[in-house]
Amino acid sequence: MKGMIGKKVGMTQIFDEKGNVIPVTVIQAGPCYVTQIRQADRDGYTAVQLGFEETKPARLTKGQLGHLQRNKLPALRVLREFRLKRDESSDLTEGTEIKVDVFAKGERVDVVGTSKGRGFAGTIKRHGFHRGPKTHGQSDRERAPGSIGMCATPGETLKGKRMGGHMGDERVTIQNLEVVVVDAEKNMLAVRGAIPGHRNSIVVIKPTVKR
Amino acid sequence: MNDLIQSLSAPDRDFPKVESGDTVKVHVRIVEGDKERVQIFQGVVIRVRGGGNEATFTVRRIASHSVGVERTFLVKSPRIEKIEILRRAKVRRAQLYYLRNVRGKAARLKERREYAPKDKK
Repeated sequence: MKGMIGKKVGMTQIFDEKGNVIPVTVIQAGPCYVTQIRQADRDGYTAVQLGFEETKPARLTKGQLGHLQRNKLPALRVLREFRLKRDESSDLTEGTEIKVDVFAKGERVDVVGTSKGRGFAGTIKRHGFHRGPKTHGQSDRERAPGSIGMCATPGETLKGKRMGGHMGDERVTIQNLEVVVVDAEKNMLAVRGAIPGHRNSIVVIKPTVKR
Repeated sequence: MNDLIQSLSAPDRDFPKVESGDTVKVHVRIVEGDKERVQIFQGVVIRVRGGGNEATFTVRRIASHSVGVERTFLVKSPRIEKIEILRRAKVRRAQLYYLRNVRGKAARLKERREYAPKDKK
């Protein structure tokens, strides 16, 4: 099992040895701890549970603390599970520390995060609709969605019709990002391109499903 | 700026600090196939923006047939070999976009001379 939990730090750009600019997102990844191994006979599925980001013990419930205490781990704020394939057994043991060097430079990863919330967004922002004309006698129709259906047949608005509504703040996966920097000392990882979410949001990094 | 981002900043080079209004010579390394050569771009700096690795400055030069050519350089780019400042000018704004609309005599800038500061004891 290979994976990490991290925190989005922000974007910058770096130069490669040829002098080309690479846009990167910096992630503070780990150190993570294996908090539990989910087993088929006990839990009904197999997975590795990782914990990330130490916090004050007072911030956690006694139940959460007890769960971590079993493996003598510090108080961790974030727990995430990484599913194993059906016949795959875990190569990790509970209580182990995982650092970013599980990933290597040049490797491809998927990054899962929560996108920035946009609140109630109209059809232009949410679905990329065009806006109406600004002139030619129009008023109040610039960002209107237009017609939402036909007349007496079918006599209703079709289900799934794209309209305004809540946008963002949902789970988003960006696939096949190149790992550009790995620094185990600083627990730093940098991937080429953007990842979902705002600064300091929690992201999960795992080997890509592509290819 | 966050420490982690800071740690990715490109090494500082020994370039003089470029400001708007400066007349500069930028030595740029150009790779053509497997050959490498240095090209010089000389002109007036009309804009300096950004910070860190993303800092850029734009140089405007008048090419033949009085065609204006502008080129934007990344300050931290390893492709920049050397920056020479030939002349500094007194300018009253940070972006000298007005130079695009003037030519000849009107496009002159008043030179700013810098004197060594007196030693204060």
